[in-house]
Amino acid sequence: MLRHAWYLARKDLLVEFRSRTAILSAVVFTVLVLMVFNFGRDPTAVAAVDLAPSILWVTFTFAAMLALNRAFQLELENQALDGLLLAPISRSSIYLGKLIANLVFVATVEAVGLPLFALFFNVSILHVLASLVAVIALATIGFVAVGTLFSAMTARTRFAELLLPVLLLPFMIPPLIWAVLATAALLAGRPLSEATGWLRLLAAFDIVFVTLAFVLFPATVNE
Amino acid sequence: MKLLKTGRWITGIGLVLLAAVYVRALAFTPVERFQGPAQKIYYVHVPSAVVSMMAMGLVGLAGILFLLLKDQRFDRFGEASAEVGTAFSVVMLTTGPIWAKPIWGTWWTWDARLTLTLFLFLLFLGYLLLRGAVTDPGLKARYSAVLGICGLVLLPFIHLSVYLFRTLHPQPIVLKPSAPSLPGEMLMTLLMSFVVFVILYVGFVMQRYALSLLREEAPHA
Repeated sequence: MLRHAWYLARKDLLVEFRSRTAILSAVVFTVLVLMVFNFGRDPTAVAAVDLAPSILWVTFTFAAMLALNRAFQLELENQALDGLLLAPISRSSIYLGKLIANLVFVATVEAVGLPLFALFFNVSILHVLASLVAVIALATIGFVAVGTLFSAMTARTRFAELLLPVLLLPFMIPPLIWAVLATAALLAGRPLSEATGWLRLLAAFDIVFVTLAFVLFPATVNE
Repeated sequence: MKLLKTGRWITGIGLVLLAAVYVRALAFTPVERFQGPAQKIYYVHVPSAVVSMMAMGLVGLAGILFLLLKDQRFDRFGEASAEVGTAFSVVMLTTGPIWAKPIWGTWWTWDARLTLTLFLFLLFLGYLLLRGAVTDPGLKARYSAVLGICGLVLLPFIHLSVYLFRTLHPQPIVLKPSAPSLPGEMLMTLLMSFVVFVILYVGFVMQRYALSLLREEAPHA
């Protein structure tokens, strides 16, 4: 099953990196959101470090939304999804493959976004880089897991691009709250032990929702 | 239709009892010492909050049962429960600020519990929007079951967050590990109010369920 999932993810990523439109748009979009934030604050009134966690997470949220929207839209062209469902692989490995592809996609965008964020807002992240990456990874897994499941559903509805955020945001809020708090603690130079509570919650959310989405996914595609 | 009629009767009885509970709450239940008459809204706010949580829980349960048994009745029940739950969460979200203004001095604050109940409301709306956006009835039922189950699983996380944050919202005083710390008469009124809200929920859901049956039977619905 893992092998099938990997093949599927590789197919998606290959399509992505050959055409490069989606990934480039997402990266440019991230840069633009960061710029908008720069003009949306008064640098003399609010210190960058106070606003930094929110800037980082709002940017990542929007970028993830873009990535998730395209995950199943890709399969709608030429009824590719039907072909996928006819293939002798389990439904769950389709989910896993999509999940892996989405995670790589979002992680790429985040990998570009994080240094730019540090650069634009003059936030030093190097000394907490490892812990920060851990927070970002944990939060990203959680909402991409739910998002992959939901995008399989919304792709086949009217106004998919609008419906996905409406459905997904309530599920993103708890992990976002924890991620923002953990990021704030890290950026303020607090020891990692102060953030472990939030990290544990994020990990619990990941385990629960990856499992749940894995179990529920077949119900969204069975014909 | 029998179901519709029964639903109407139950709702009617619920409304009469609601009026009766409010007479009791206003005239025969002691006034809270610090909050004064503002506290009276408690008897609407808390039961509606609990009933909307319950409604979300039942939407999730109906989703699980639907996916397991593929019985259309669970889907209809989920839809009904979600719509009624939306109505109750509107009651919760409107009575809250009315109480908060004199007591906290602000209509709204981004307190954990407030934020997350707002998201409960948005979850209901998302559920109903998803139903509206899918045309195929089979897909609609399966999609909403999946979303309902996810909502059910999200609820414990919401609860967990509420307890972990320092919060301005009064902590639960009835459903907590130790004994209820509410004076007997207030507790009685609150419990009666709970019962009335559950009766109203049942009445509304029965009517809504009957409505979707009628819609399915109608030739060009």
